[in-house]
Amino acid sequence: MDYTTPSKLQYFRTQMRTDPDMASAVAAIRTLLEFLRRDKGETILGLRESLKWATDCLTRVDSSVAVSSGGELFLRFISLTSLEHQDLARCKKVMEERGELFLEKISLSRTKVAKLCHTFIKDGAKILTHSYSRVVLRVLEKAAAEKKRFTVYVTESQPDTAGRQMAEALRRLGVPVTVVLDAAVGYVLEKVDLVIVGAEGVVESGGIINKIGTYQMAVCSKAHNKPFYVVAESFKFVRLYPLNQQDVPDRFKYKADTLNNVSELSKEHPVIDYTPPSLITLLFTDLGVLTPSAVSDELIKLYL
Amino acid sequence: MADCGEANGPERKNEIVRAKNEEKELTKEEKQRLRKEKKQQKKQKEKKDDKGSSEKSGREKTLDPLSASQVLSTQSPTQKVPASAPIPVPPSGAPSHSSGAPSHSSSGAPSPADKPAKSKAELKAERRARQEADRASKQQGSSSSSKTKAPASDLNPVVKRLPEHVQVDDPAVVKRLAKKLERQQTRPHSSAKKIPLRSDYGYKVSLFSHLHQYSRKAPLTQLLSIPSSVIHPSIVRLGLQYSQGIVTGSNARSVALLHAFKQVIMDYSTPPNEELSRDLVNKLKPYISFLNQCRPLSASMGNAIKYIKKEISNIPSQYKEEEAKTKLLECIDKYIDEKVVLAAKAISKYAIEKISDGDVILVYGCSSLVNHILCEAFDKNRKFRVIVVDSRPRLEGREALRRLVQIGISCTYVLISALSYVLPEVSKVFLGAHALLANGYVMSRVGTSQIALVARAFNVPVLVCCETYKFCERVQTDSFVSNELDDPDELMVTRKGKTQLEDWHDLSTLGLLNLVYDVTPPDFVDLVITDLGMIPCTSVPVVLRVKNVDQ
Repeated sequence: MDYTTPSKLQYFRTQMRTDPDMASAVAAIRTLLEFLRRDKGETILGLRESLKWATDCLTRVDSSVAVSSGGELFLRFISLTSLEHQDLARCKKVMEERGELFLEKISLSRTKVAKLCHTFIKDGAKILTHSYSRVVLRVLEKAAAEKKRFTVYVTESQPDTAGRQMAEALRRLGVPVTVVLDAAVGYVLEKVDLVIVGAEGVVESGGIINKIGTYQMAVCSKAHNKPFYVVAESFKFVRLYPLNQQDVPDRFKYKADTLNNVSELSKEHPVIDYTPPSLITLLFTDLGVLTPSAVSDELIKLYL
Repeated sequence: MADCGEANGPERKNEIVRAKNEEKELTKEEKQRLRKEKKQQKKQKEKKDDKGSSEKSGREKTLDPLSASQVLSTQSPTQKVPASAPIPVPPSGAPSHSSGAPSHSSSGAPSPADKPAKSKAELKAERRARQEADRASKQQGSSSSSKTKAPASDLNPVVKRLPEHVQVDDPAVVKRLAKKLERQQTRPHSSAKKIPLRSDYGYKVSLFSHLHQYSRKAPLTQLLSIPSSVIHPSIVRLGLQYSQGIVTGSNARSVALLHAFKQVIMDYSTPPNEELSRDLVNKLKPYISFLNQCRPLSASMGNAIKYIKKEISNIPSQYKEEEAKTKLLECIDKYIDEKVVLAAKAISKYAIEKISDGDVILVYGCSSLVNHILCEAFDKNRKFRVIVVDSRPRLEGREALRRLVQIGISCTYVLISALSYVLPEVSKVFLGAHALLANGYVMSRVGTSQIALVARAFNVPVLVCCETYKFCERVQTDSFVSNELDDPDELMVTRKGKTQLEDWHDLSTLGLLNLVYDVTPPDFVDLVITDLGMIPCTSVPVVLRVKNVDQ
């Protein structure tokens, strides 16, 4: 099946390019759906195996947690139906339909999250956020549309300075924004009212995996008693349970090309970190507003 | 009937006068009470004047709603009415009882002379409460329990009166327990064949006087007469093994129980005119009470018994006896296989993911599950070393140490007092559990919560491994409410032929406390590994819900 890999990756990359606003996981799921359509397998089991293998391929390209979790949830969702039809073609059709349904649901998830979260932003609020997150951007857009006045502090978020991108986007919305150094989080926290961050993955314990620097921000906001909110879509829920920073698997900690090219990983800087649930106040997802301990409940419903 | 042994004369008259002034409903009760008072006075002359007040009134299952509300109204100014107060209230707060002097102890423990003078109103109220309750109990014929059970009545939500002090050694309670054991015999029974009642031993710390404290040197089996046809010999053997500590550990006890029940079922033959599904359950009841007396049942044993009883009562009546018996034996085997053996395999699979090379793992005591996990991980060539923490008086860690060293794991052995010294080098703590409560608390060997607390202070992750059959619906927030007291003599240590605490019975102010279990709050536990997967401690009720739906 090797010959399909380059075409698959190309499809994935095109998806990402056409809609920069799309989450990488959504692009991955679109790719998987396309793969399902083009698959010429003979058995359901073979189909599942090849889908799993396809997800692995995609994870090797883009090592974000969301891609892996999105892929797994997609697989579970489409195989949740009773695939008792004798005809393979009919089964495939059912799976494709469910795949489309899944895709539809998750494309609406960001709107749902924004609707839930914007009420927590009061007029005159000062918000701190970290790096570039499209979900947070959507939330702030919605709040601005509701005629709320607020100011935003964004961390620069080295090494890729994604924070500046976020600041640009916010300026276009007309929101007063300040870019601060990553090291200035403690300094600026006494001025802010609440902290909102996105998440690359939400783990079973209710903690999150996000861009490096999030854990620090969470610890500081706990020390200052400021609420720490996380906004994430439900396809980012992943069946991981890290106990501490060390316990996060290497394949998520580093970018895909670093993993493939570099031999000594201990010299590399990880791009993500783990924030334990004790530091998180609330999680806003399309399944509702959850406390960290409710995440496990939802995960059991999603995965079991 | 216990009584306070006060002079009744002048107070009696006052009471009658007061009664006549109050509502009509009381007069009938007053009359009954007078009758009982007379009886009591007679008995009082015969009995020793030992302990007063037992609030055995509170032990009854329900109170008559009217009397309860009236009792409440009279009692509230004089006593605390802990409608939802935890048992027990500290001795200083309850003037109506004397702190524990067991009537059965013959070793000369003097009753402490700190019985404060009671006020008349309090006494009256007390006595009325007791009479009310006696009447209520006679109406309902309820059986006793050493703790208050209070099912709410549907029509009138009764405010449950918990006794201020629930003493297990109180003669009235002991008598009621004996009667209950007698009642559990199927006919015919004679006094030689009934299940004996095990008596408590030694001075009990008053905070735990609602729990039994037995002596290892007086196992229940010594009181059994031979031949005793009431209790099956394998159950007698099991009871002895429990009470002497030969079979310990939650899994071992449950599996041993199930094997003994298998033997019972094999030897069982349905008497004529009886149905197997109903008769066998009744046959099991005295065995369970016997085992409970030998050593209080664990949560896992409770769940196993529930399962067996359900299976037995679900046997369709058209099954022949042989068929039914084989089916039951199969069910038991399947239960053991699924819930214990396969669960251990599943848990090891998840746990091994959490063990990385170079880890230093801390374990406490001897948990069969944790030992299994470590042995499996070692077989899968993970490189780690283990620190075994142990504590007196059981020193179970030695058994764990022996098992781990045997297969070649490098181990260190410390006592629990050295815990904060070793923790900086530990990367993970693995703990076993006796039971997981519905509010996420972990009930385990005493010392576990200490380990979890210190590990949290050092930021070391704590992982609890527990099979789902040990999950129980109970909710507990402290270790006092329901626990087990072991033989206090075990705390004595003999070094160079000298035992310091040899004469501890003679000192009236000295109590030895040998607790068996404690509860750990969920904030100290990072992860629970069950056969359903890895869950946070707060998700235990979710699992219970899912399990109940399955069943």
